[in-house]
Amino acid sequence: MTRTLRGAAAIVGVSDACSPTGELDRFGRDLETQMVLEALEDAGLTLADVDGVCHAQSSMGFAEYLGIHPRFTDSTNTGGSSFEVHAEHAAAAIAAGVADVVVSVYAATPRSDRRRPGAGGRYMGGGPMPSAEWEWPYRLRMPMGPYALAASRHMHEFGTTSEQLAEIAVSTRAWASLNPRARYQEPLTTKEVLESPMQCSPLHLLDCCLVTDGAGAFVMTSAERAASLRRPPVYVLGAATCHDHMMISQMPDLSTTPGVVSGRSAFDMAGLKPSDVDVLMGYDSFTITALLHLEDLGFCGKGEAGAFVEGGRTAPGGSLPMNTNGGGLSYTHPGMYGMFLIVEAVRQLRGECGPRQVAEAEVAVAHGSGMVLSCMSTLVLGTEATL
Amino acid sequence: MSPATSPRPQPTSSPESEPFWAATRERRLVLQWCTSCGLAVQYPRSFCPHCSAPRSSLEWREASGRATVYAVTVEHRPDRMGTDAPFAVALVELEENVRLMTNVVGCEPEDVRIGMAVRVVWEELDDGRNLPLFEPEEE
Repeated sequence: MTRTLRGAAAIVGVSDACSPTGELDRFGRDLETQMVLEALEDAGLTLADVDGVCHAQSSMGFAEYLGIHPRFTDSTNTGGSSFEVHAEHAAAAIAAGVADVVVSVYAATPRSDRRRPGAGGRYMGGGPMPSAEWEWPYRLRMPMGPYALAASRHMHEFGTTSEQLAEIAVSTRAWASLNPRARYQEPLTTKEVLESPMQCSPLHLLDCCLVTDGAGAFVMTSAERAASLRRPPVYVLGAATCHDHMMISQMPDLSTTPGVVSGRSAFDMAGLKPSDVDVLMGYDSFTITALLHLEDLGFCGKGEAGAFVEGGRTAPGGSLPMNTNGGGLSYTHPGMYGMFLIVEAVRQLRGECGPRQVAEAEVAVAHGSGMVLSCMSTLVLGTEATL
Repeated sequence: MSPATSPRPQPTSSPESEPFWAATRERRLVLQWCTSCGLAVQYPRSFCPHCSAPRSSLEWREASGRATVYAVTVEHRPDRMGTDAPFAVALVELEENVRLMTNVVGCEPEDVRIGMAVRVVWEELDDGRNLPLFEPEEE
C-alpha cells in the first residue's frame, strides 16, 4: 500500500523576525504571538480560523495565551527539526480531516536575553509561567485541587453528592476485584469512601487515584498489514482532541470539559453514538473526572451523571461497563494513565479479559484527560465486525 | 487570619503583568482591558485574546474589588500543604467578568460558599508587593 501526503496540504502563510543587530525588541509569548498573527495576515486568515496548534514546548500553554481551543495539538520537540516534524504532523492531520488550519511557531532571543534579568532559559522558547504568577501563591494542591474545584462547581450547579461520587470508586473497585493484577482488589463500600480522610474538599482520599509504578505501550499499523498479524486487529474508528485551557483558573466552565468537542468529533468520525459503546475507559484520575466524562461524551445529559452512576450502572453487571481494569482508582496510576485506557480497551475487544471480560464487546472508547481537565482526547475503537 | 505559618510561594511577574503588580504596592487592583472589544483580559497579555487586537489597544483600569465565589475547595492536610490548613482556595468571579484564583480569608474555611459575595483584601509580600486575597463582604 502506498501511503502519501502528496498534495494533501499546503503552507499558506509565513512570517519571520530578525535584525542586523542580532537582537529583537520583543520576546517570549509576545514575539510568538506576533509571528502567528503576521503569518495569518499573510494568509488572509485570523486566529478564529485556527484549529490546530504546534509548539515545541507547550501547545497548551501557547493556545491558552492565544485564547483559542484547538482540536489538533502537537508539542513534539525533536530539537532543531521540531518544525519540520510539526509540518509533517499537520499535513497528516489535515489530510485526515482532523484539522483545517494549523499554526506552528518558534521564538527565541538568546542574545538579548543576556541583558534581561531573570530571562535564563527563555531562549528555549518556554514562554512565561502564568501559573507561578496567578495560581501557585494560593497553594492549591496539585493535582487534586483543580478537580476539587470542579467537583464543588458540579455539586453547586446540579446537586451532585459525595455519595454519588463515591459510587464511582465503589463500582471501579468491583471491576478491580476481578483483576488479579489490580493494586487494590478488596471490595469497597460507599461508607468507606466517605469516611476516608478529606483531602481537598469535597474529595476524600478514596475519590483520588493511586500512586503506583506502571508502564505500557501500543503498536499501530495499517489496516491492511494488521490483517495478517497474530492478534485480532482493533481498529481506530474515530479519534479527536480538544483543549480549552492549561491552568484551572482559565477553564471556561468548570463543569464542562473540552471532551464535549473531542467526544462528538470522535463519535461522528466513527459513525457511532454512546449507546453503541460496550466498554468505556474514561480517565479516572478522580471520581469527578470519570463523572464529567459520562456527561461530556453524551452517555447522559449535563448534570445527570450523579444519578446515572447510582445502583452500580458502571460496575460489573451494570449497563455501562466502565474502567474494567479497575481504573486509575484501583488498578494502577503512575501519573500519565492514558496508555492503560488503550491497553484495556484493546484487550476487551480481543476478548482476553477473563473474569472481567465484557460479553461480545465490539466497540470501546478510550477517553484520555490531560493536565487539569485541560486536554481531552477520545479514541473510538472497534473489532473487525464494526468496520 | 491569612495563611502565614507556611511560606507562601511568591508570585512571579512578567513584562505584560508588571502594571498589575506595581498597582498592588498601593493596594490597588487593576485589570487589563481591550478598548477594541471592550472586554477585560486576565491574565495580562501582549494582545487581546478575545479579538486579537494589538498591544496598543490594551489599557489598565481600576477594578471594583468586588467578586463572587465561583468554586471553592478546602485544603485539609496540614502535613501536605502547610500547618495552617485547613484553608480555602477559591476561584472568584470579579464584577468585571474575569476569574482569579485566591484564598478566601476572614471566615472559617468551611463557611465559604459558592455564590458568596467577597471583596479584595491584601497580604503584604516580602518585596513590597501585595497579594490579592478575598474576604466575605459585610452584610
